[in-house]
Amino acid sequence: MSAFLATVKRDLLLALRRKSEVLTAVFFFVIVTSLFPLGIGPEAVLLKKIAPGILWVAALLATLLGLPRLFATDHVDGTLEQMALSPSPLGLLVAGKILAHWLLCGLPLVLLAPILGLQFDLDASALGILTLALLLGTPLLSLIGSIGAALTLGVRGGGVLLALLVLPLYIPALIFGAGAVEAHIAGLDASGHLSLLAAMLALAVFFAPWATTAALRIALE
Amino acid sequence: MRQSIIHWFRFASPQSFYPLAGRLIPWFWAAAALFAIAGLWISFFVAPTDAQQGEGYRIIFVHVPASWMSMFIYMVMAFWAGLGLALNTRVSAMMAQALAPTGALMAALSLWTGALWGKPMWGAWWVWDARLTSELILLFLFLGFMALQAAIDDPRRADKAGAILALVGVVNIPIIYFSVKWWNTLHQGSTINLNKAPSMAQTMLWGMLLMALAFWMYSIAIALVRVRAIILERERHTEWVKHAVE
Repeated sequence: MSAFLATVKRDLLLALRRKSEVLTAVFFFVIVTSLFPLGIGPEAVLLKKIAPGILWVAALLATLLGLPRLFATDHVDGTLEQMALSPSPLGLLVAGKILAHWLLCGLPLVLLAPILGLQFDLDASALGILTLALLLGTPLLSLIGSIGAALTLGVRGGGVLLALLVLPLYIPALIFGAGAVEAHIAGLDASGHLSLLAAMLALAVFFAPWATTAALRIALE
Repeated sequence: MRQSIIHWFRFASPQSFYPLAGRLIPWFWAAAALFAIAGLWISFFVAPTDAQQGEGYRIIFVHVPASWMSMFIYMVMAFWAGLGLALNTRVSAMMAQALAPTGALMAALSLWTGALWGKPMWGAWWVWDARLTSELILLFLFLGFMALQAAIDDPRRADKAGAILALVGVVNIPIIYFSVKWWNTLHQGSTINLNKAPSMAQTMLWGMLLMALAFWMYSIAIALVRVRAIILERERHTEWVKHAVE
């Protein structure tokens, strides 16, 4: 467990020494969501209807933007090989890296989403559901994305390839995440969607670090 | 018992699988041609005109087998990829690689014929129906698998990375399918319901089954042709390939 916490701490420390990289993904999220009203028009009714979808798609893309960084630098300077050789299980260290990635790329999105949601005229309870859905959904995005990041490690055209691999797998998270907010706005109960998101998160927490570790070992061969 | 195990694993080596595939291919081509001729004859000349859909319904004789094959090929591909990952057999991974383009072709064919059928029947090339959407996502999964394998130069690493992706995809397919289905029922913009199966004339069913068999045989034949090419390419440094090509 101490190895897990040490990995989280190390990744956070490294990221805070280069703040711009983390902030880029956050600004990307803000800019993309602000572009939609400009493209669609300022009608409040329409914007309110499409807000959950826009915020979720933007969160998906912003998470994707941070994924190549998850293992690439450690792979280049050989840290990853040392991790694979270390006495603590690689899966645990990988889980630590994924958690750090979520804290840096996912959590800021969760915290920003209510503010951006205000731009789309969502009311307070809808904003609450949106935040809750993102809180359950963004770790799922980091977990699934880590498999793709490990598979495309050191591969030609990795960034674009990563999008091609990971985005289809993000579809369930998008459907239930945006669906929760839409259901709430429509006056329905959102708990079903949130439960399904939580169930998928539970599955991913168990399986994704394992699959990522297997993919990393292949990349390190 | 021991004898039979050795016998089966014999074909896990490219050298012994290559001639076996070569011997099987003509049979599968012949079977594909026979089933296709019989299936097309029934579907064009024997099967009655549909009371509601007219002659346009006949596209289902291509559309339904293509959709079945696209889904089934993904399962088979993941099976071979998983086997290759678990047992480290080279031919298994090559089979997975050989199946992917055919699977993508079937998914594309299914979407294309579906659009051609949808235009006269529904008045739209595309509706966001659950089945259409999941077929589209299946096509994306095939393309991702092929892109990943193509991007990695070392074939062994490409095989293993592809295998993990295929297995992750297989776990996700039911989740994606049901999420898309629920998403569709929640939105329910269209009134079209694909789920209620119309009672089908016996000859239509026969035509469809024969066409499905033809698609099966075609897929096996083309996968074997492709796996032979892959074997030659990957084993080009060996002596037996030099003799085989001569």
